[in-house]
Amino acid sequence: MKTRIGFFDFTGCEGCQLTVMNLENDLLQVLQLVEVVEFRELMSEEVSEIDIAFIEGSITRRQDRERLQTIRERSKILVALGACADNGGVNLLASNQDVASLRQQVYASDAEHLQTFTPLPLHRVVKVDYRIPGCPIDGQEFLAVMQALLLEREPELPNFAVCVECKLAEYPCSFDYGEICLGPVTRAGCRAICIEGGDRCRGCRGLVDNPRTSPYHKVLEEHGLSVQEILEQYRIFHIGEE
Amino acid sequence: MSRKITLNHLTRIEGHAHLIIDKQAGKIESCRLEVVESPRFFEALLKGRHFSDIAPIVARVCGVCSISHTMASLMATDNALGIEPDPRAKVLRRLLSQGEILQSHLLQLYFMAAPDYLGIPSIFQLLTQRSDLFSRALRLKRTANRICEVVGGRAVHPVTTAIGGFSSLPEASELKQLRQELVDALPDLEATVELFAGFDFPDFSRPAEQVCLEQSGQYPLHANRVISSCGINQSVVQFKASIDEYIVPHSTAKMARTERGHYCVGALARVKNSYGRLSPMAQKVATALQMTPETDNPFHGLKARLIEVIHFVEEAIHAIDDLLLHSFASARATAMPKGGGQGVAAVEAPRGLLFHAYSYDQDGLLETADCIIPTAQNLASIEADIESLLPALLDLPDEQLKQRVETLIRSYDPCLSCSTHQLRVAIK
Ligand code: SF4
Ligand code: SF4
Ligand code: SF4
Repeated sequence: MKTRIGFFDFTGCEGCQLTVMNLENDLLQVLQLVEVVEFRELMSEEVSEIDIAFIEGSITRRQDRERLQTIRERSKILVALGACADNGGVNLLASNQDVASLRQQVYASDAEHLQTFTPLPLHRVVKVDYRIPGCPIDGQEFLAVMQALLLEREPELPNFAVCVECKLAEYPCSFDYGEICLGPVTRAGCRAICIEGGDRCRGCRGLVDNPRTSPYHKVLEEHGLSVQEILEQYRIFHIGEE
Repeated sequence: MSRKITLNHLTRIEGHAHLIIDKQAGKIESCRLEVVESPRFFEALLKGRHFSDIAPIVARVCGVCSISHTMASLMATDNALGIEPDPRAKVLRRLLSQGEILQSHLLQLYFMAAPDYLGIPSIFQLLTQRSDLFSRALRLKRTANRICEVVGGRAVHPVTTAIGGFSSLPEASELKQLRQELVDALPDLEATVELFAGFDFPDFSRPAEQVCLEQSGQYPLHANRVISSCGINQSVVQFKASIDEYIVPHSTAKMARTERGHYCVGALARVKNSYGRLSPMAQKVATALQMTPETDNPFHGLKARLIEVIHFVEEAIHAIDDLLLHSFASARATAMPKGGGQGVAAVEAPRGLLFHAYSYDQDGLLETADCIIPTAQNLASIEADIESLLPALLDLPDEQLKQRVETLIRSYDPCLSCSTHQLRVAIK
């Protein structure tokens, strides 16, 4: 029997699911090997057992928590798809402000139907087996993880800094323009796409393991910054350690 | 006898919505579109952030419209900083927006709407039953994505866009190749027109105020005036000030109205109000689809999207020709004027008018942000349309009634994942 996969989404922008759909021809090939049994946007038939569940978004409401738990029970493997699911992503930007004050700022109302709690990444609610980082995810990385899972191998994420990919591609360093770049502490795998685009890394893929011992934290020191400072002051995506 | 029909999680709409229709003794008791997406409080998240970070954050409101949010955001910040982008940077921004509209329209036309008219329940069945259509749709969408990748650096959440223009420009060779791909898409587009011209669109009409941007000499995309079918012609700032956003107990999205009442935005509004600015080829397609600018049929939203697809592919080819002839420099962010700044901007997103308005303090940190999304402006009209369509459908079996109503809602292509203003609703 074909592997049954499902896509689910919680609080996010659907950009990660869209990135999967944008794989087009590659996706068509994958679709030969698997059976998509649930894709919330596009089909309604619900099947009980799922081999691999890909889940986008953070958990912000009580009923979402329950829905996620049910998906966990039905799924053999659960994969966090993108930063919102993996570590909270942009949803956690305001994690130092309380939800009630946010609600007042945006809606000037405390109506019951506006109630939520601080966004949680999936692993704070259920066991997450694998994760695909990024905001949005990288399509090729998604395919690689999917392929590993179909072959029953452990998917692996690169454990080196974005700086490595950036230097290999010989892009000019953002620090030389006087801009702060999170590349030295961020997990590679995006081919330093933002630096290629003339921007700087905002750390959407989350921290590399052991950022303080990664050779590239020296790039920071050369510019008079510490790992701590860069995490505290320049965070846009929720990059910090849990 | 009271019967409640619930369309739970309307499938094939981007986002989450519930529609509850209360039928009693052959008449509609209530009809309400409930949006059940959870809130993300984007406007509050932006507070205190530096102007150079605002666009990349706010893009994450919606993956499908990330380019529109980026554009509206950058233009609002340009205005706050007093920056006037190079005319070629504006052409390139326009090209990028065209890429997103093509992406979004093609996805909606083939994967969300066409199955309704072909009587196929989902795109996965489309894949098995009409693989020819499926691969044509993918080819066309691929071309649209390529515009976004070449110009924006990535199909979702662009990385080359910057305050004042772009931080990185496409190579001439990439633009030439892109141009060729657009030209090569023409036969597929022709086949698409043929397909949609064969669909049987429901006969229905409900006059509504249609609102879109006004751009002199061009089909509207990024502009600073707003026009409407009721004769309104105002600056973006004036029009935005006239919008009253309100929350209703049954829905999670904010709704919008002006003193004249509810209004519609989107492809239909643009085609109706700017028909004369469509390319000759797009006007021919309108004729082939039997659509005139006089139409008041919301089901024609679909036709309007297809007409725009044709127009924007043609315009994208011309834009590339223009860009290949004239070079310009890429930009880097500049400084905030003393005393801070305020900026308002509007763009035509795939689903219609999108406003962003910011104020920054003297250090360039954001003080307040406000966005008004297209779907907020359309929700009340969608409800009104459903209400006015329902009496004619009451004798239909529930399944068919649901199908009709879903088709109508999909004609608006409501993007309910626009999480800016979304609240939660108690689900019955
Ligand atoms: S990780 Fe980014 S792209 Fe993915 S859903 Fe969240 S905001 Fe969207
Ligand atoms: S700091 Fe940023 S720009 Fe510099 S090398 Fe590292 S990733 Fe590249
Ligand atoms: S460069 Fe940084 S911000 Fe950009 S995609 Fe890579 S990890 Fe994310």
